[in-house]
Amino acid sequence: MTLKHLLPAAIIACVFFYSCGSNPQPPAENQNSTLKEPGDKSGAAVATDDSKGKGKFTDVTLTHPLDQKMVTSAKAIYDVKCGACHKLTDEKLVGPGWKGVTDRRKPEWIMNFVVNTDEMIDKDPAAQALLEKCMVRMPNQHLSDEDARNMLEFMRNNDGKN
Amino acid sequence: MKKIILALSSVAVIASMQSCKMKSAESAVQGDAASKVYVAPGKYDEFYNFVSGGFSGQVTVYGLPSGRLLKVIPVFSLFPENGYGFNEETKPMLNTSNGAVPWDDQHHLMLSQTNGEQDGRWIFANANNTPRVARIDLTTFKTMEILQLPNSAGNHSSPFLTENTEYVVAGTRFSVPLGEEDVPISSFKQNFRSTASFISVDKTTGHMSIAFQIMLPGMNLDLSRAGKGASHGWFFFSCYNTEQAYTLLEVNASQKDKDFIVAVNWKKAEEYAKAGKGRKVAAEYAHNVYDEDKQTATSTMEKEVLVLDPKDCPDMVYMIPCPKSPHGCDVSPTGEYIVGSGKLAALIPVFSFAKITKAIADKQFEGDFYGIPVIKYEAALHGEVKKPGLGPLHTEFDDHGNAYTSMFLSSEVVKWRLSDLQVVDRVPTYYSVGHLMVPGGDTKKPWGKYLVAYDKITKDRYLPTGPELCQSAQLYDISGDKMQLILDFPTIGEPHYAQACPASLIKDKQVKFFDINKNHHQFVAMGEKKTNVVRTGNRVDVWMTAIRSHLTPDNIEGVYVGDEVYFHVTNLEQDWDIPHGFAIKNNPGAELLIMPGETVTLKYVPTHPGIYPFYCTDFCSALHQEMSGYLRVSPKGSNVPIKFGTGVVADTTAKK
Repeated sequence: MTLKHLLPAAIIACVFFYSCGSNPQPPAENQNSTLKEPGDKSGAAVATDDSKGKGKFTDVTLTHPLDQKMVTSAKAIYDVKCGACHKLTDEKLVGPGWKGVTDRRKPEWIMNFVVNTDEMIDKDPAAQALLEKCMVRMPNQHLSDEDARNMLEFMRNNDGKN
Repeated sequence: MKKIILALSSVAVIASMQSCKMKSAESAVQGDAASKVYVAPGKYDEFYNFVSGGFSGQVTVYGLPSGRLLKVIPVFSLFPENGYGFNEETKPMLNTSNGAVPWDDQHHLMLSQTNGEQDGRWIFANANNTPRVARIDLTTFKTMEILQLPNSAGNHSSPFLTENTEYVVAGTRFSVPLGEEDVPISSFKQNFRSTASFISVDKTTGHMSIAFQIMLPGMNLDLSRAGKGASHGWFFFSCYNTEQAYTLLEVNASQKDKDFIVAVNWKKAEEYAKAGKGRKVAAEYAHNVYDEDKQTATSTMEKEVLVLDPKDCPDMVYMIPCPKSPHGCDVSPTGEYIVGSGKLAALIPVFSFAKITKAIADKQFEGDFYGIPVIKYEAALHGEVKKPGLGPLHTEFDDHGNAYTSMFLSSEVVKWRLSDLQVVDRVPTYYSVGHLMVPGGDTKKPWGKYLVAYDKITKDRYLPTGPELCQSAQLYDISGDKMQLILDFPTIGEPHYAQACPASLIKDKQVKFFDINKNHHQFVAMGEKKTNVVRTGNRVDVWMTAIRSHLTPDNIEGVYVGDEVYFHVTNLEQDWDIPHGFAIKNNPGAELLIMPGETVTLKYVPTHPGIYPFYCTDFCSALHQEMSGYLRVSPKGSNVPIKFGTGVVADTTAKK
């Protein structure tokens, strides 16, 4: 994977740009560095995580079978706003591939990350661990609450859920 | 400004005697000045200050009281920082009847108003050299529209506007023959005319169109202000060179003791225009509009304009004698007083609108100027401010009945009372003040508190930078009885008129990014799946996307020398302050800067075969340096097929 080879360079670039303080997103990334918790979090990013994350979604009810209208609607959003960085397989592009994401994360965590991106990256340990791995802050693509729920359905569909 | 310096040289000797009165900079600044202008890191300023850029052609935005530069808004000149006038979308904005004009001279600004108060919707700007008026949207700080003015030259008394933004005016400082008539310069009196154009502004869209042009005798219309409150329905223009000189104006246009304030009853003019009293005249002028929906500007050539002649329209225009070569023509917050600043006069005449109305009713005229009635000076006069200083230019008002006049020759600001015309305070400026600005000081509701003087000469005020020095603004606290100088800050180009409004009026309605779903650009790539490279003859269109941190496609082959390649780059980001840039090696055109959700186009015509890297020029993420790609340009006539992609690695290493 070519992207893996870029990582060492990216880490060096990152260290450089922390040290010279020319950070393009000062408040958020500074917080990120000061709030860092001890211990290796890279494991947390792949292991099952019970956290619901930070944000307004505390209790999401899943319905069965999957709502295909929601899946279709989310597909259109995926093509414009997400597909540039996330593959539907388990292959990491800029961000992680989405295969298996609904097993790794709670529905609430996924929806909170989609609509409350910056606070999640600043405060949620799993999201912070992902930043360390991907080295790019996920952009807030300004999805509505409804878009986020549709996106969850799309991910469930991608994971073969029913 | 040099012309004014020359024009005033006869009085300069007296001025030099005055200058010994000036205090030193140290004695003019008092102890608490720093705390009054200190805006702590991360805190906002209280006012937006929009400042004309003079010969830079742009508009600049500063925060007050800190004097921090917030933005340069490109309007009448090309702007390398964000590609204005360089990219395909904004090229039409600078189009005129004579083709693209890359650089103009931007003098005056005015914020839109409702009921005589700032409404924070748009700011209008004039181009003085190639006569045009622009409208800038204050939710995006983008130039949205530029309208050229036919039958005009030296578009100086512009873009002043009426109290509900019904009209923006544009008056000619240089008289010219109407149309493209070929006449001797010496036929000035017979053939040259000044015109006052009234541009109507659509209440909802802001779109401008010339409603009518009032044709006036050959002379120089200088500045203007609309009536308001009591005088709403009228417009006042200062004029000089009623001598009608066409050479060595500094002498020949300074012969008479008085020139005029031209009073135009625009409501009457509106009626005449409706009643068909005007004459449609063929005229070619460009109307350029930026469409936010299509993210593209178009330029349309208009073909005619409606001209009103005062001969056919009685009671529409009057002249008020005003000493001497008046410059500023400013209307008090109530609309009752019109202040003429005779730049060669030793006093400031203040006219009364009530008296003007009565003089017209009583026909107190002293004669006429080319058929236009001239009101008797005394009949229109409220009074004169005696011995205010030397070289009065501009007057602004506060919320306590005071007026502030800039004195160019004696380098000072003079504060005087409208009620009894007594001078109550004066402060030095460093040096040679031109325009003044009190936030809202030209509206019905001045905010007072601050006054900014825009100086023409800075000389020793800043660290020297060779022969070319910045011009400068000086901020005064006017909340007390005594004006207090509290800050100097350098400006871009030459500031003329400026405007300021409370930050709260516009800061919360700023567009933070463009909704990608509302992007109807002809060449938008709605997501990476829609990226493409298409050849049509020798034209190659590239639908490209940018997102942190890659461009798609980032490998392109099948382009030949001489092709016209159009990179249409869509920024897929939907977050505030995440623009991407785009530049390709050896492109003689320019670069791009693309706001989130926007599509912008760069034209590139390769002249030599080779591999041309392209990359994002705006630091966007930790992997910004990786945001790059290659274009392969093959010799003309070679047989390399179109091929493009991102993240595709060939199975075997290709050699050739």
